[in-house]
Amino acid sequence: MTKTILIVDDEPNIVLSVEYLMKREGYQVMTASDGQVAMEVIADTRPDLLILDVMMPRKNGFEVCREIRADPALSGLPILMLSAKGREAEIKKGISLGADAYITKPFSTHDLVDKVNQLLQSRE
Amino acid sequence: MLTTTIVVIASLGYLGLLFAIAYWADRRADQNRSVISNATIYALSLAVYCTAWTFYGSVGRAAATGIGFLPIYIGPTLIAALWGTLLLKMVRVSKSQRITSIADFIASRYGKSHLLGGLVTIIAVLGIVPYIALQLKAISRSFTILLTYPEVSMPNPADSLPLLQDTTLYVALLLAAFTILFGTRHLDASERHEGMVAAIAFESIVKLVAFLSVGIFVTYQLHDGFTDLFDKAENAGILNPLIIDGMKGYENWFALTLLSALAVMMLPRQFQVAVVENSGEQHLRRAVWLFPLYLFLINIFVIPIALAGQLTFVGENVDADTFVLTLPMAHHQGSLTLLAFLGGMSAATGMVIVETIALSTMVCNDLVMPLLLKRWKQIPPDADLSKLLLRIRRGAIILILLLGFLYFRLAGEAYALVSIGLISFSAVAQFAPAMIIGLYWRGGTRSGALAGLLSGFVIWVYTLLLPSFAKSGWLPAGLLEQGPFAIELLKPQALFGLTGLNEITHCLFWSLSFNIGAYILFSLWRTPRVDEATQASLFVDALKNQQFLGVGLWRGTAEVKELLHLAERFLGNERARHLFQAFAKRRKLTDIKQLPADAETVYFAETLLAGAIGSASARVMVSSVTTEETLGMDEVLNILDEASQIRAYSKALERKSHQLEKATRELKEANERLQELDRLKDDFMSSVTHELRTPLASIRAFSEILNDDPDIALNQRRRFLGIIVNETKRLSRLVNQVLDLAKIESGRADWNAEDVDLLEIVEEAISSTEQLFADHGTRVIRALPDHACIVTGDRDRLMQVLLNLLSNANKFVPEQTGEVTVCLISKQDRYEVSVSDNGPGIAAGELPNIFEKFRQAGSASNKPIGTGLGLPISKKIVEHLGGNIWAESTTENGAIFTFALPKKKKAA
Repeated sequence: MTKTILIVDDEPNIVLSVEYLMKREGYQVMTASDGQVAMEVIADTRPDLLILDVMMPRKNGFEVCREIRADPALSGLPILMLSAKGREAEIKKGISLGADAYITKPFSTHDLVDKVNQLLQSRE
Repeated sequence: MLTTTIVVIASLGYLGLLFAIAYWADRRADQNRSVISNATIYALSLAVYCTAWTFYGSVGRAAATGIGFLPIYIGPTLIAALWGTLLLKMVRVSKSQRITSIADFIASRYGKSHLLGGLVTIIAVLGIVPYIALQLKAISRSFTILLTYPEVSMPNPADSLPLLQDTTLYVALLLAAFTILFGTRHLDASERHEGMVAAIAFESIVKLVAFLSVGIFVTYQLHDGFTDLFDKAENAGILNPLIIDGMKGYENWFALTLLSALAVMMLPRQFQVAVVENSGEQHLRRAVWLFPLYLFLINIFVIPIALAGQLTFVGENVDADTFVLTLPMAHHQGSLTLLAFLGGMSAATGMVIVETIALSTMVCNDLVMPLLLKRWKQIPPDADLSKLLLRIRRGAIILILLLGFLYFRLAGEAYALVSIGLISFSAVAQFAPAMIIGLYWRGGTRSGALAGLLSGFVIWVYTLLLPSFAKSGWLPAGLLEQGPFAIELLKPQALFGLTGLNEITHCLFWSLSFNIGAYILFSLWRTPRVDEATQASLFVDALKNQQFLGVGLWRGTAEVKELLHLAERFLGNERARHLFQAFAKRRKLTDIKQLPADAETVYFAETLLAGAIGSASARVMVSSVTTEETLGMDEVLNILDEASQIRAYSKALERKSHQLEKATRELKEANERLQELDRLKDDFMSSVTHELRTPLASIRAFSEILNDDPDIALNQRRRFLGIIVNETKRLSRLVNQVLDLAKIESGRADWNAEDVDLLEIVEEAISSTEQLFADHGTRVIRALPDHACIVTGDRDRLMQVLLNLLSNANKFVPEQTGEVTVCLISKQDRYEVSVSDNGPGIAAGELPNIFEKFRQAGSASNKPIGTGLGLPISKKIVEHLGGNIWAESTTENGAIFTFALPKKKKAA
């Protein structure tokens, strides 16, 4: 069964590049341009993994992460944070909020793909 | 029945009790458990001011002059208010210099002068001996009156009795013995007498209780209270003369008030109890109110007793001076009579004891010691002089009391004795200028003090003492009536034609005028010499915490052995060694032998000796065993200067520390501002890096994709490359804008200040963005004036603002249907340029932040390509040019950005 990945980012070009990479790996892709849209999409479609930006309008990535981890129905949804916020404190914050991985922009496409594959395999 | 035996036993028993109290207090003092170190006891001991002259004499004066007795107590009450500083200063000086008497104080103030001390002593003895005689008379007279109890009869004049039958002689001898036991009980000649003070305080209670008891008896037993008594007196016609006549003579009231105010500090016995015997400065605070309260209490019943006496003894020959005693007698109140007698005896003995001790110290230290020191070479070096000192003092005590007795025998009932209280006051008032002015004016000199004292004393003798002799019949009465050699102007009681004052006021006026005048004139005549200046400074600055200054003013060579030996000779071996040992301990040394022979030790030895033999003699003695280098005036002034410099330094330090505190506060504030700025900078850096990372991320991601997937479709490849190019442009725009903003914010930007036409700039900006609008299908509407709009500014920067606003508007308007309106309006003092669009507008929550860095309006879905720095830069530019910029918006009608610039000022 094809896994579905939700990409949440307000930068269209980032979304475009990540979407390309994930599709190339054979995953199904959905996108959202901010945290609020993302929450709606998650409620509807239950993606298998989330690639989440932090700095977004309306609802940022940290809030999304906190809400997901607070919702038992969504337990086990892997979250990969992909953010331009690269300071140590921010990375720690993301992990402590329940992110499974934290990758800073600009990122290596190979690392991103490897991380996504690894997260999805470990869930099986 | 009061028999002679009972009276004698009661008297001796009372004296025995006094001695027991004194003995107990002395014992306690030896054990370092002082009973007199107590503010109440101190205040009570000051009440030695109230003598037999108060106890018996107030009623006598009241009967004669009505309320004219009051100024004697108003003066002390008023001056007590100044004790907090004046008496405090005297106490502090005296403690630090171990001053033993008022003569010593004045001598010490003017450079430790034997001459001055001697003069003060002579004036004091001459002025006080008659006063002592008065007390002796009071005791023996009251005793004699008591013997006829309950018959009231006035005794015969004393001088009619043979010498050896005169009780006064035995009273004098008894008191001499008593005073010797009190005042010189110790073998050392130390200056304080705790036992005496305790006994005096006790006596103050006894005389107050006795007087109040008689007063209460008279007012509430014999009569029905004050009103009843006063009504009866008024009916008898004796009230009005007392009250009304007593008020007459304002200048006399004033003079008596001044006189008693001075006397309460200058009388040797008052100086003794108030200054020498003071055991703690803090006691002054209670004395300031308790002593006046005592005076108030002891005066309440004076008028009632005077009135009652006059009512009781109508037509009888009863002296008003005896009413306190004779009223209870006449009403057969045996115990009350005895109490009154003991009260009177308390008042008299208290005065005699303290006064005699004070005078004997003065006679010993300021009259005998100087003579002794002249023959110093003839005294064997090993003789123990402490015993000699005690013998001299005891001799002086006996001599003074016998002189008092002699004066009593000679003067008897004469006028000279009756009025002696005020005459004594006037004598000691002569000390006031040298004493009080000398405490506040550095310029007072020895010659000034000598001249003042001498002239005041001479005037006193001439205008008060001689007339009292003349009135007693010892001098021809013509001296008073015609003046000496019939010179009118020199009439003793109308000197230089001054009439209309009573004798006391007259004497006080002339003596104090001459005294103060001579003191000031002679002081101004020559500047103080070195030793005078030194002492002046120690006295005048006594309250400025300079107690160790005296130490710095001695330089020379000395041997501790010699100093100790000297102290041993005057204080006795054991006591001297004990005190030296204690001094060594204070200096953290274990033994006397380790004491350095420095200025401090010499100063210690000198003050130690001063306590025993007076400051002037101590100075002479210490000089005899040390080689003192004479300090020049300059050196002394330097040392004094140093002290004042130290004060100045400490003031400067205080100022510096205030400045430091202020600087610290300012630094802290600056630091907080810096931290805030630092935080802002961090935020900015964090935003900038975030803004840099985002395009970089896209560039890297697409580059890697293109690199990894050679087979990618052509159109997709083009698209990805296009993104890379655009993101690169965005990156470089961002870098440029960050640099630009930093340049403007740091003030390093170059600004042209020229006259520019806003209209021209607006049109140029529109035309250079024409292509941009055309690509987007946006319609541009111009609402521009037809005349030039001149402002002062930088053309390129204004262009930058306009381009930013125009391209922003273009970004937000919908494609093809977009409309951007550019408007230029002339207001009263400014031009306003606005750029409005029909885009989505700005949410109300976003408006306040729209000019902040990296704030971009718009939802993520249609996020415009921008750096987030355009508006902040525009705002900086407009504000730099003296204008302002703002945004308005409704989400229905789009956004309006407006900036206003001041019109160019017309050339003056």
